[in-house]
Amino acid sequence: MYDIATTEKTVEQQVTKISARDVQVYYGESHAIKDVNVDIEDKTVTAFIGPSGCGKSTFLRCLNRMNDTIDICKVKGEILLDGENIYDPKVDPVQLRAKVGMVFQKPNPFPKSIYDNIAYGPRIHGLARNKAELDEIVEKSLRRGAIWNEVKDRLDAPGTGLSGGQQQRLCIARAIATEPEVLLMDEPCSALDPIATAQVEELIDELRQNYSVVIVTHSMQQAARVSQKTAFFHLGNLVEFGETGQIFTNPEDPRTESYITGRIG
Amino acid sequence: MPTFWLVVFVFALAALGFLAGRARALHSAGGNARDLHSLPNYYGANVLLTTLVPALLVLGLWLMIQPSVVQYRVSGMIPEQAIPENSTLGLVMMDVHQVAAGLDLAVDEGALTEQEAGTIRTEFTDLRARLGELGVALGSDVRPEVLQAAQRYRAIDASGHRNMVIVVTLLALAGLGFSWQHTNKDFRARNVVEQGIYALLVLAALLAILTTIGIVLSMFFESISFFKLHSWTDFFFGGTWAPNFRGDSELSILPLLWGTLYISFIALLVAVPVGLFAAVYLSEYANGHVRAFAKPLLEILAGIPTIVYGLFALLTVGPALVSVFGNGPEGLLGVDWMSGATSVLTAGLVMGIMLIPFVSSLSDDIINAVPQTMRDGSLGLGATKSETVRQVVLPAALPGIVGAILLAASRAIGETMIVVMGAGAIAKFSLNPLESMTTITTRIVSQLTGDTDFASAETLVAFALGITLFVLTLGLNVLALYIVRKYREQYE
Repeated sequence: MYDIATTEKTVEQQVTKISARDVQVYYGESHAIKDVNVDIEDKTVTAFIGPSGCGKSTFLRCLNRMNDTIDICKVKGEILLDGENIYDPKVDPVQLRAKVGMVFQKPNPFPKSIYDNIAYGPRIHGLARNKAELDEIVEKSLRRGAIWNEVKDRLDAPGTGLSGGQQQRLCIARAIATEPEVLLMDEPCSALDPIATAQVEELIDELRQNYSVVIVTHSMQQAARVSQKTAFFHLGNLVEFGETGQIFTNPEDPRTESYITGRIG
Repeated sequence: MPTFWLVVFVFALAALGFLAGRARALHSAGGNARDLHSLPNYYGANVLLTTLVPALLVLGLWLMIQPSVVQYRVSGMIPEQAIPENSTLGLVMMDVHQVAAGLDLAVDEGALTEQEAGTIRTEFTDLRARLGELGVALGSDVRPEVLQAAQRYRAIDASGHRNMVIVVTLLALAGLGFSWQHTNKDFRARNVVEQGIYALLVLAALLAILTTIGIVLSMFFESISFFKLHSWTDFFFGGTWAPNFRGDSELSILPLLWGTLYISFIALLVAVPVGLFAAVYLSEYANGHVRAFAKPLLEILAGIPTIVYGLFALLTVGPALVSVFGNGPEGLLGVDWMSGATSVLTAGLVMGIMLIPFVSSLSDDIINAVPQTMRDGSLGLGATKSETVRQVVLPAALPGIVGAILLAASRAIGETMIVVMGAGAIAKFSLNPLESMTTITTRIVSQLTGDTDFASAETLVAFALGITLFVLTLGLNVLALYIVRKYREQYE
């Protein structure tokens, strides 16, 4: 079942974009993430897999400090983005989130027009000097989000009126519009049907040209299809991290093997 | 038998029926409750309901209808010429009632026997003096027609009451007998009780609706009699509010409406920003502890009786405003713009304070209903918290917030005590918020509590004002609910 042509995927050696060192996350009393060390490469799709509650989403949210919005969440250890610790007090989490964009599980377009949804980030960060530049950014982002052709005639229509798959691509386009360096995706296809999923997966593969993409997924097929690197989380531990082909065909850890063959999870 | 004892009797019969029905059901199943269709108590309840409900319904209807039937039959006895000059049949009937009540009292006190009360004639006795001894004061000497009518009134009333007692008792007994007869182990008592409960619930709902309709209708008819006395064009389009006792009052709603809307506007000017910002703080910024502490505290404001707010306006806010804007050279600003403590600003400010918890609590609920994913989406794009609130959360919550503001506005328009005490009593068109003005609600209070004749236009105008106010606030409420409901559908 997993003998998809993943092994033959060429994986060029890339620069490390994000590296996590001894990351611990606590939710109040509970220790959600234990000693995670991982290097995420630039222009690569990295998949986080693992059973529910294993901490993969929590760890993903650490990468752009979205956990800051949760009062009881405490993060220890270092996460370096281009060699700079993002938990350093002098780092502004708001600026960081502009560099490390995020796409969520459920499509969450704002109750605004399609145009305003995309223009939201650029306007906040002052990326466009005038209307023409903004128009250009919106068009470019929608094209990169592979949704331009479907919405170009109705940019003034509300974003909430689109179908689920279109909404998720709109949200990806919205994240791209702020020109992030890393794109985090938290189960981006779990609320979508198979056709929309295929479209989003295709899009993720294209995004790899420009960004480092980290995707959390419950679907092992999806991880195998879209990622070059895979990390397997179990009970808050990073069990195994390596080339996707290797993880799926020849896992080193028995727990990984049990999970991908369906015995735990 | 007095009605009270009749009711007690019917209830006692029903209680008896409960026990009898329960026992009969058990007996029919040979003492084994598991063979019954329903639990034994349901059979008892079935008998109880069949005994109670028809009897009490008939009793209630009878009590409602009998007085008008008696009235109708007695009033036929009063000949046209017996009605004095500048009096009406209604006034004569009031006399009849009073004499009848006097006779009742006399019989109760033992001053007259039942026999005497029925046959006494004005020709032979001075009835007025005899009733006067018992404390029943009659305005004039009792005329023979009135006395006869009163005696007739008592006779019909007594026979009606007797018939009622008989009918109700028979009905209760029949219900008891019928349902007891039908009680056996296969009878679906449970379903019958279910229907009884359904009927009870429907009745409760109907009662609330009917009462509302009744209130509106009563105001409506009084308003109609007002418009018979006073031209509606002056009421709706005139420019002056000047009631007097000479009968040529100018009663126009417009100056009052202006005062009402002006004060409400100032109240909203205070309540909306403060309430909204408080709601944003509580729902977006405050942590759990602060929220658990501050929210109930804010809602205490909503529990303060409005008369207390009125006192606050009169004793604290008004004088404070005077010391700032009035008092001439001794005032804080050295100006003399405000002479008395009552003003539009005083009432508006205090009413605004009253509305703060109203706006904040409703807006807080609405802001909390905005999905968290919306905030995450915005924060994930690198927006700050206030940018997120301003550009995503508030626009998403806007329809609901508008609804909350409209509800607050309708409360402000209908508010009475604060404006009675804080706004003053002068009806005029003015833009100066430091002058005193008056509102629809305060005028209703003063028109109805005055010493004027109840049938005059000066009093009846209160009903016309009331129904206009009702239509105004109803319209606002309907609009607000429509908007809130439309908004709710968005995230479901």
